[in-house]
Amino acid sequence: MTVTSDRARLTDLPPAPAPAPFPTGTQLLPMAKALNLGLRRALANDPRTLLMGEDIGRLGGVFRVTDGLFAEFGDDRVVDTPLAESGIVGTAIGLALRGYRPVCEIQFDGFVFPAFDQITTQLSRMHYRSQGRLRMPVVIRIPYGGGIGAIEHHSESPEALFAHTPGLRVVSPSNASDAFTMIQQAIASPDPVIFLEPKGRYWEKGHVDLDAPLPAPHGSPSDLDHARVVRSGTDVTIVAYGPTVATALKVADAAAAEGTSIEVIDLRTISPLDTATIVASVRRTGRCVVTHEAPVLYGSGAEVAARITEECFYHLQAPVLRVGGFHTPYPVSKIEHDYLPGLDRLLEAVDRTLAF
Amino acid sequence: MSTSAPAADGPLTDDGLVQLLTPAGERVSHPEYDTWAEDLDADRLRAMYRDMVLTRRFDSEATSLQRQGELGLWAQSLGQEAAAVGSGHALRPQDHVFPSYREHGVAHVRGLEMTDMLRLFRGVDHGGWDPAEHGFHLFTLVIGSHTLHATGYAMGVQRDGLVGTGDPTRDTAVVTYFGDGATAQGDVSEALVFASVNQAPVVLFCQNNQFAISEPTTRQARVPLAARAPGFGIPSVRVDGNDVVASYAVTRQALERARSGGGPTFIEAFTYRMGAHTTSDDPTRYRTSEQEEHWRRRDPIERLRVHLERTGELPEVFQAQLAAESDAFGEHIRTTVRAMGHPAAHTMFDHVYATPNAVVDAERAWFTQYEQSFVDHDGRQTAGGHR
Repeated sequence: MTVTSDRARLTDLPPAPAPAPFPTGTQLLPMAKALNLGLRRALANDPRTLLMGEDIGRLGGVFRVTDGLFAEFGDDRVVDTPLAESGIVGTAIGLALRGYRPVCEIQFDGFVFPAFDQITTQLSRMHYRSQGRLRMPVVIRIPYGGGIGAIEHHSESPEALFAHTPGLRVVSPSNASDAFTMIQQAIASPDPVIFLEPKGRYWEKGHVDLDAPLPAPHGSPSDLDHARVVRSGTDVTIVAYGPTVATALKVADAAAAEGTSIEVIDLRTISPLDTATIVASVRRTGRCVVTHEAPVLYGSGAEVAARITEECFYHLQAPVLRVGGFHTPYPVSKIEHDYLPGLDRLLEAVDRTLAF
Repeated sequence: MSTSAPAADGPLTDDGLVQLLTPAGERVSHPEYDTWAEDLDADRLRAMYRDMVLTRRFDSEATSLQRQGELGLWAQSLGQEAAAVGSGHALRPQDHVFPSYREHGVAHVRGLEMTDMLRLFRGVDHGGWDPAEHGFHLFTLVIGSHTLHATGYAMGVQRDGLVGTGDPTRDTAVVTYFGDGATAQGDVSEALVFASVNQAPVVLFCQNNQFAISEPTTRQARVPLAARAPGFGIPSVRVDGNDVVASYAVTRQALERARSGGGPTFIEAFTYRMGAHTTSDDPTRYRTSEQEEHWRRRDPIERLRVHLERTGELPEVFQAQLAAESDAFGEHIRTTVRAMGHPAAHTMFDHVYATPNAVVDAERAWFTQYEQSFVDHDGRQTAGGHR
């Protein structure tokens, strides 16, 4: 990897300590660390993979997801970019055209909009309009969602805007194990992937098998394209993804105490939607609640509900209900927990669907 | 190469324009750029003349085809042939072009099958050619988006170690073309930022044809466009865009700077769009015939023709051969466009993703079944098919 000598380099600080050896075995890790290790493995495995974004270098990202990667791989591979989101994605497109696999970090969900044009008018359709000649193996990592007491534009859930755009894959891990695996699959994908990281869950720990072989890049049937039943039940299906999966599991625990058996599906992939897994579940339970943090109106839950109506109409005991954000801008943090779909609002929806 | 701001009396000033061939066809000297045009012998100049003539023929045929209903739209390059052909001649095979949709002359010099460009405008596909084949990217219709793609691509070239090696067959530059209107877009400013801080091997070639559809350049900038680049740390030059020799010389220097590791250059080619923005436009609403006449006297092809005739380098036999070639080319364009097939409807589902996608696959399967429902057992269309 050569860069011309006159390119400005950051050499004003002492060298960082040598990176620790890559850990092995199954470890209990927070999601942020699992993502860090997934990125680290991807960088090590393919010299044409590079990370780019604001503050991802020496700082290690505002959430430290890229911590230590700058020291290990250098400023050609972990690139601190100008503060310009359209520029980050636009130049990533150019790098992809040259055969690189850029992984862009957008610092916060609300800051993806300056890059929205490049993502939707360029990145998503380069393969289509080139008749398949040009591939866009670009990952856009976006810490998204609320619940961390942040200020405006730091807690939004823009997934429906991307899921509505043909040509993009939109995924969101809900746990550390998936985060480790899915980020590597996303990087391996020849299609652009919007990789939504539930920032409110960054510090939640889970067991990660660091030796697990990476499943095939998605496209052929693989884990990344599939929803997963994360808890079996018989009375109601809750469909969730990203930050709301943990909430749904708590709801299932609480409902079990009252004698209600809830099945929880983690979508994992918002686009494409794994309709088959949802349909199989709802045909058994006859009831469904869909939940996400984004506003309900025109949200991804609407798509899930419509598909269930089309394919499970005679199996339904109740209309599909949705629990999510309201049709308001994301509110101030002091009242964000009234906006977010929490335990009580989900239980209320479960009760409503059972009352039909 | 000026790195200081040109005279700040508006974007339409003639001040500081690099010119090597006057509108009267007279070859003039320039202390900095003469050496960059030294290799233009009579053969090269005749080749440029031929390329400009054929580019204009292509453009006029496409315009006619649009008027005949064969194309949905066309963006003319009439009057801008010198900037395109001159800069195009400065490129090497390994260089890569990110064009706007008006760089027909560059495409021609790069060796594209020109009718492939018309597929987009006829509505049979969104691209039409393989960008890798001639190092000529597809058009991006969102103004200025591609300047970032070019910059990122140039950053990739840099990472590939193909800058500053000293090997003329390996050192690589990227050039992106855009109009004066694009300079108001945020993406172009961001491209300047990324190109500058990375010292990317990219040439930002602005064809200032003085109108963004109906809006004059004064609605996009208060200073000559080239004056903006030094603020980003990028050297810039203003060139007479109707002078093919000067366009060649300044681009050649800028490309050489990029290839050798000297970083980006901004070129403002000062020219004039003699035609409409596109065939949907009506320039009589926003400019005068006097202005058009002024620029007609600065015609890029005519001034090279006069120069070659004066120097005895344009034999009649060459002119006759070129006229015949141009006619044959026109015929080729007309027949090729009319023969372009109608894409099958189900091809809309192709290439949405590089890998299988359950939703697209399901929709394709449904659509196929739906189409087949209109076909009887003997394979005849029974109903439907309304498009």
